[in-house]
Amino acid sequence: MGAIVHRPGRDFGFGLLALAVLGLVAPWIGLYPVFVMKALCFAMFACAFNLLLGFTGLLSFGHAAFFATAGYAAGHAIKVWGWPMEAGLGFAVLCSGLLGLAIGALAIRRQGIYFAMVTLALAQMVFFVFLQAKFTGGEDGLQGIPRGRLLGALDLADDLNLYYAVLAIFLACLALCYRIVHSPYGQVLKAIRENEPRALSLGYRVDRYKLLAFVLSASLAGLAGGCKALVVGFETLTDAAWQMSGEVVLMTLVGGVGTLFGPVIGAFAIVGLQDQLADRVGSWVQVILGLTFIVCVLGFRRGIAGEVAAWRERRRATSR
Amino acid sequence: MEILGIPLQALLGQLLLGLVNGSFYAMLSLGLAVIFGLLNIINFSHGAMYMMGAYVAWMMMEYLGLGYWWSLAIAPIVIGAFGIVIERLLIRHVYKLDHLYGLLLTFGLALVIEGVYRDRFGASGQPYGVPDALRGATNLGFMILPNYRAWVVVASLLVCFLTWFVIERTRIGSYLRAGTENPRLVQAFGVNVPRMVMLTYGFGVALAAVAGVLAAPIIQVSPLMGSNVIIVVFAVVVIGGMGSILGSILTGLALGLVEGLTRVFYPEASATVVFVVMALVLMLRPAGLFGRES
Amino acid sequence: MNTTLRNAVSTALVAMGIAGAGLAHAQAQPRLSGNAIRIGVLTDMSGLYSDISGQGSVTAAQMAVDDFIAANKPAYKIDVISADHQNKPDVGSGKAREWYDTQGVDLIADIVNSGVGLAAAKVAAEKKKLMINTGAGSTRLTNEDCNPYSIHWAYDTYALAAVAGRAIVQGGGKSWYFLTADYAFGQSLEQDTTGIIKANGGTSFGSVRHPLNASDFSSFLLQAQASKAQVIGLANAGGDTINAIKAANEFGLTKTQSLAGLLVFISDVHSLGLNVAQGMQLTDGWYWDLNEDTRKFGRRYFEKMKKMPGMVQAGTYSATLAYLNAVKAAGSDEADAVVAAMKKTRYNDFYLRNGHLRDDNRMVHDMYLMQVKKPAESKYPWDYYHVKATVPGDEAYQPMSASRCPMVKKS
Repeated sequence: MGAIVHRPGRDFGFGLLALAVLGLVAPWIGLYPVFVMKALCFAMFACAFNLLLGFTGLLSFGHAAFFATAGYAAGHAIKVWGWPMEAGLGFAVLCSGLLGLAIGALAIRRQGIYFAMVTLALAQMVFFVFLQAKFTGGEDGLQGIPRGRLLGALDLADDLNLYYAVLAIFLACLALCYRIVHSPYGQVLKAIRENEPRALSLGYRVDRYKLLAFVLSASLAGLAGGCKALVVGFETLTDAAWQMSGEVVLMTLVGGVGTLFGPVIGAFAIVGLQDQLADRVGSWVQVILGLTFIVCVLGFRRGIAGEVAAWRERRRATSR
Repeated sequence: MEILGIPLQALLGQLLLGLVNGSFYAMLSLGLAVIFGLLNIINFSHGAMYMMGAYVAWMMMEYLGLGYWWSLAIAPIVIGAFGIVIERLLIRHVYKLDHLYGLLLTFGLALVIEGVYRDRFGASGQPYGVPDALRGATNLGFMILPNYRAWVVVASLLVCFLTWFVIERTRIGSYLRAGTENPRLVQAFGVNVPRMVMLTYGFGVALAAVAGVLAAPIIQVSPLMGSNVIIVVFAVVVIGGMGSILGSILTGLALGLVEGLTRVFYPEASATVVFVVMALVLMLRPAGLFGRES
Repeated sequence: MNTTLRNAVSTALVAMGIAGAGLAHAQAQPRLSGNAIRIGVLTDMSGLYSDISGQGSVTAAQMAVDDFIAANKPAYKIDVISADHQNKPDVGSGKAREWYDTQGVDLIADIVNSGVGLAAAKVAAEKKKLMINTGAGSTRLTNEDCNPYSIHWAYDTYALAAVAGRAIVQGGGKSWYFLTADYAFGQSLEQDTTGIIKANGGTSFGSVRHPLNASDFSSFLLQAQASKAQVIGLANAGGDTINAIKAANEFGLTKTQSLAGLLVFISDVHSLGLNVAQGMQLTDGWYWDLNEDTRKFGRRYFEKMKKMPGMVQAGTYSATLAYLNAVKAAGSDEADAVVAAMKKTRYNDFYLRNGHLRDDNRMVHDMYLMQVKKPAESKYPWDYYHVKATVPGDEAYQPMSASRCPMVKKS
C-alpha cells in the first residue's frame, strides 16, 4: 500500500471548509441565530485560551478578565463615544491585549500551579474593579450596546446580517490560530511546553515567548468578548466572574486541549448543554458542568477532538 | 481622638473586624498549605468544604436541634470523613499526573458541591443564631464588640496554634514533614504513606469545616460563601508562599488587618487590596514572603 | 429578505387563525398573535428577592388568569410561564429576548431587581412587546430609560422616599447617612430620598455602597456609625435589608442612631419578627389587611402559598388582570393598542386606589405610610402594620413636571 502522508494543513483546510458550510446553513435549518452567534463567540474564546494552555502549556485561570474587558471596551466605545462597530472591536482587542501584557508580565514570574492561582487572583481583582467602576454600570451591566452597521452600510440589527459577520470573524480567528501554531514561533512555544529548561538552555528567551503568547491569547479572547457584547447588546459582570474562567477551561478540556478544532467542539457542547438544560434543571447545570470536569480530568483528558485524532492515528497505523 | 483625621473609634473598629476576617483567611490558607505540602494539590474545593461545614451546623440546628457547640465538634468530623471519601474515590487518581489536573479536579468538585447546595437551599443565605453563651456585646469604649466576634479570633488562633504545634513539634508532624520532603524515604521507614496522605486531606478539609462553623453566626449560611472567600485565600497563599505553616497563619491575619485599614482610608479598594498586595509581592519577591523558590 | 419572508408567513398564519376564530365565534374576538395569550413571569426564584416576589408572583399571575377566564370565558388560550433571572441582567434580558422571539410571550411581568428590569425594558422596546414591571423600583424606568412598551406598576423609589422618607424627616430625623445596595435600585433610592430630605430641610452626610446580596454588613455599619448621622437610611431591599437590620442590632447602632428601612416588605417584617422591626415607619403600596377586598385576596393567596402576599405579588395579580382586561377592551394584543386602552381606564379595585396610567407609563395610585406594630399590638398572624396615612398618588409619585422621560411632552 502507498503510504498515506499525514498533512495537517490539508486536514485543517477541510475542517475549516466544513465549519464554514455548516455555519452558512445553520440559520436555515432552524437554529436560533442568536444562540449560534453566542456559541461562535465562546468558540473563539476557547480557541484563544487553548493557544495558551494547549500550545504553550500555561493554564490561565483568569481569562474571563480579558473576555469581559473587551466587552466593556467595545460597548463603551460604541455606545458612549459613538464609534463605528469596527473601531469598537479594534479598541476592545487593544484593551484586552494591554491587560494581557500587565497580567501576563506578573503571572509568568511563577510557574505551574502558582501561575494558575496568580491569574485567577488578578482576574478577580479585575472583577472587583469592574464591579465598582462607573463605566461598567456595576451590577446592572453596560446595557443597550447598539450593533451598528458593518462598514457603514450593512445593518447589523438584523440578526442574520450580524450572524454572517460573526461567522466570518470566527473563521478568520481560527485560521489565525492555525497560522500561529504552525509558525516557527509556534514551534518554539511547543518546545517550551514540552520542556522549558531545555528551551531555556537552547538560548530561547522563554519569558518573552511566554509573554507574547499570553498577550496574543488575551487579545483573541478580547475579540471574542467584543463580538459577544455586540451580539447580546450587553456586557455584565457574569463575563468577568471566575466561573467564566472555569467555563472556558472546561470547553477546551471537553473539546481537546492542544487541538485546533477541539475548543470549537467543546464550546458548542457546553453552550448547547447550558442552553438546553438551564430551564429544565436549574442549579443542576452547575452540577453537570462540575461532573463533566471531573470525568474529563479522570478519564477523558484528550477531549473529543483528541480522541478522534488518536483513533485516526490508530487506524493509520494499522492500515499501513 | 483622631489619627490622620480618622476617628480612633472607626480605625480600631475596622481593624478588629479585619482581624476577624483575617482569622478565617488564616485557617483556610493553613488547610490549603497542609494539603499542598503533602499532596501537591491546590484544593479548589476548600471553599466548598468551608461552606459545607457551615451547613452541617445549620442542618444540625434545623433538623436535629443540636446547637453550636455540638456543631463545632461534629462538623469537622463529618466534613473530614467526607474529604477522606473524596480523596479515596477521586483525588488519588491524579497524583501521578501534572499538578494542574488536581486543581481542575477539585474545581469541578467545587462546582458540583455548590450546585447541589444551591439546588437544595437556594442562592440566598440562611440565618444561624449566635450561641447563647456568646450573645451580647462588650463596650470597649471605642466600639461595641459583639462577644461572638471576639470568640472567633480566640478560637481560630487556638486552632492555628494547635495545628502548628502538631506539625512542628510532634512525632506525627515529623513524619508529615518528612513525607513532604521525600515520600519514598518515609515509606521505607515503614510509614503507610497513602494512609498518611488520606488523613492529611481529611484534616485539611476539617480545618475548613471549623472555619465554616465559626463563620456561620457571622455571615449568612449560603451556598456561595465558599467561592466568595476561596479566591482571596488563594491570593493569601501566593503572598505567603506555601513553604511554612507559620507563614500562612501570619499572612492570613496580616491581610485581614490590611483589609480593615483599607476600609478606613479608602473603602472602595477594600475588595481589591489583597490582590494589589499580591501583585506587589510577585514583583518584589516572586516566591512569596515565606516561600522557598523551587 | 428573510425577515420579511418570515413576517409574511406569520402574518398569513395569523390571518388564517383569525379567520378560523371568526368562523367559530360570531361575537367579536380580540385579534391575537398565535390566537393565545402567554404571560411570562420573570423573577428571582431562589435568591434574596424570592420572598418578596418569586413563586408567589407566579402564583398571583396564575390566579389573575384563572379569575379572568372564570369571569369572561374567552375563546382563546391564556397561560403563564415563568423563569428565574437569578438577579443577573444578562440572564434576564436573554430570557426576555427568547420569550418574545420564540415562546410567543405577550406580556412579561414582575421582573423584581431594577438592573434586570432596565435590561428587560430595553428588549421590550426593541421587540415592541409589553412589559409591566411590578417588582423593580428604580425611577429610571419611567425617566431616562422610559419607553412606550414598559409600564411601571406597584411602586417606585420616588414614592418610597416621598411617603416614609418625608415622614421621618418631618418627624425630626434631619441628618441622614445611606447604606446603599450598589446597583440601579439602591442608587435611585438614595438619590430620590436625598432629594426629598433636602426639600424638607434635612441633610445627607453621604453613603456607603455595599454589593448586592452582601453576606456581612459589619464593616459597612461601622462606617455608617462613624458618620454620626441621626438616621441611617437603608437603600436596599429583601435579604440585604434584613441582614443590615440584624447586624445593626448586633453592633448596638440602634442605641444611638435610628434605622430607616426605605423599602421594607411584609415578608421582611415577618422574617425579622416584630421584636426587631417594631416602630419602624415604611412605605407600602398595598397591605392585605386594609379592607374586606384586600383581606379576601390575601386569604385566597394564603391558601396557596401559606404566606400573606406583599405589594409585589398582589401587584403582579393586579397588573396581569388589568392587562387581560385591556386586551379584551382593545380587541387586540398589539402592545400599542393595549397600552392605549389601559391609559383610558380609571382603576379602583382591591389593589389600585384612584389608579391611572400616566403618559410616562407610571401607574399612579394611592400609597400608604405604615408603622410596624409592637408585639403586644399584633392580634392575629400577619397583623403587622398600623396605617398611619394614605398618601394620594399625585403626592406620592414624582410630578410629571420633573419627568426626565422623553415621551412626556413638555408644555
